[in-house]
Amino acid sequence: MKLIIATIKPFKLEEVREALTTAGVRGLMVTEIKGFGAQSGHTEIYRGAEYVVNFVPKVKLELVVADSQADQMVEVITKTAHTGKIGDGKIFVLDVEQAVRVRTGETGEDAL
Amino acid sequence: MKKFSILLSIGAALLPSLALAQDAAEPGFDEIGPYIMTTLLFLVGGFLVFWMAAGFAMLEAGLVRSKNVTMQLTKNIALFSLAAIMYWLVGFNLMYPGEFNGYFAFNFVPTVLEPVGLAAADASLDYASVASDFFFQLMFVAATASIVSGVLAERIKLWPFLAFVAILTGFMYPISGSWQWGGGWLSEMGFSDFAGSTIVHSVGGWAALAGALILGPRIGKYAKDGKVIPMPGSNLALATLGTFILWLGWFGFNGGSQLAAGTVGDITDVGRIFANTNMAAASGALVALILTQLLYKKPDLTMILNGCLAGLVSITAEPLAPSLFLSMIIGGIGGAIVVFAVPLLDKLKIDDVVGAIPVHLFAGIWGTLAVAITGGYTGEATLTVQVIGILAYGVFTFVVAGIFWYLLKMTVGIRVSEEAEITGLDKAELGMEAYPDFTRG
Repeated sequence: MKLIIATIKPFKLEEVREALTTAGVRGLMVTEIKGFGAQSGHTEIYRGAEYVVNFVPKVKLELVVADSQADQMVEVITKTAHTGKIGDGKIFVLDVEQAVRVRTGETGEDAL
Repeated sequence: MKKFSILLSIGAALLPSLALAQDAAEPGFDEIGPYIMTTLLFLVGGFLVFWMAAGFAMLEAGLVRSKNVTMQLTKNIALFSLAAIMYWLVGFNLMYPGEFNGYFAFNFVPTVLEPVGLAAADASLDYASVASDFFFQLMFVAATASIVSGVLAERIKLWPFLAFVAILTGFMYPISGSWQWGGGWLSEMGFSDFAGSTIVHSVGGWAALAGALILGPRIGKYAKDGKVIPMPGSNLALATLGTFILWLGWFGFNGGSQLAAGTVGDITDVGRIFANTNMAAASGALVALILTQLLYKKPDLTMILNGCLAGLVSITAEPLAPSLFLSMIIGGIGGAIVVFAVPLLDKLKIDDVVGAIPVHLFAGIWGTLAVAITGGYTGEATLTVQVIGILAYGVFTFVVAGIFWYLLKMTVGIRVSEEAEITGLDKAELGMEAYPDFTRG
């Protein structure tokens, strides 16, 4: 099993969710986060005073999928969240040792 | 409808005997009509201006950070209540003493109302009831004090602030107000300030400016390299609601200041004032919208709200004489003043949390000067006398307020501890948060 962590632009969330469910994903964890990467911060003006926003709002997706599905899901996210502009986000893929469904006690890929 | 007709028939049955009994004493409606209309104007105007207290409270609650909202609301309801009592205790009779030397009336007596069921023969039929006049005027003094609370928000201690409010509303505002509205030396000289651009708004602004200088800016507002660190307000929906409430209340503020409604001329003037007041607010808001778009590439809502209020303050010194077009110009210049004055104050490191100094002091000065364009409702106001009035109120209020702020600072202290300020006054001073689930400062 693989854990896919993706940070994307918040306005892309709904599109990505739809694409992932269409591709067969049955669960998704979503968090609103702030951070910085290549996009870094930007400046804003409040009542005439300029200030730097160091952290940009992003949405973080976490989903666990079977090994066989991982590459496909990464591709789906990359395609859907893509705008071509700086700040589109990043995707990380990690190995997952174990998964358990709390209701039934199923483990491994059956629990996904 | 049915109830109404029953009442009518009872009334008709009673009327002849009533008329007989009171024939000798009661003047006809021609004589009491103006008294009733003017009294009504004061009552309606008074509750509209009262509502401005809610406007100030919401505006300030929205523009302070979430960790200070409960304290700001506490100050707002406390200052209004205190102003109401101080104005009864001494303020009203200091401000409207009747005959006096024109500078200071030694008239330290509480306000007394007419007896219950006043007979028409005993009423001052050329004006309005004392109670309605007192009620109307006390709402204005509360507005002055609200201006101070906005500027000094997020760092001043509650009790010393309230002590200052007592001095401002019981003595400073009534004494300086008597110079003009009480028939004192400035009104003799021909100064003109219809509803109080100077007497109410600038006085609040001057008192707040003196306080801001002595109190100092909020911790972290100005970086060591001179940069301004914005501290965005907690709730712009409340700030916008507050601005709309103030806009509504202003119709009473300016319209009621006609002080008469018993003739065709007077009530028509009240209509003119409502329309002009509305126009100035609208153009103040629009000018701020356009200017912030041009200067900063994005409109700044907080500036638009301030611009609207600056338009209102600008027209307050003379809401009657101008045409709608001139009202638009006067209010629009008020809006422009705000957009340039807010960053200017920051450059001077004068921390005005809600922008009340540009809105009430600077736009108030502009509005008072603008009276000279039309000559005011008397047609006789001159630029020289307007400047003398502005200076008189400025020097008196700034100096006296400065002395009291300084005395308070030296004795009880006016500023909360550094820890309390950073934690937020809600938790540190009150142990009660406005948004307990979300507060992070």
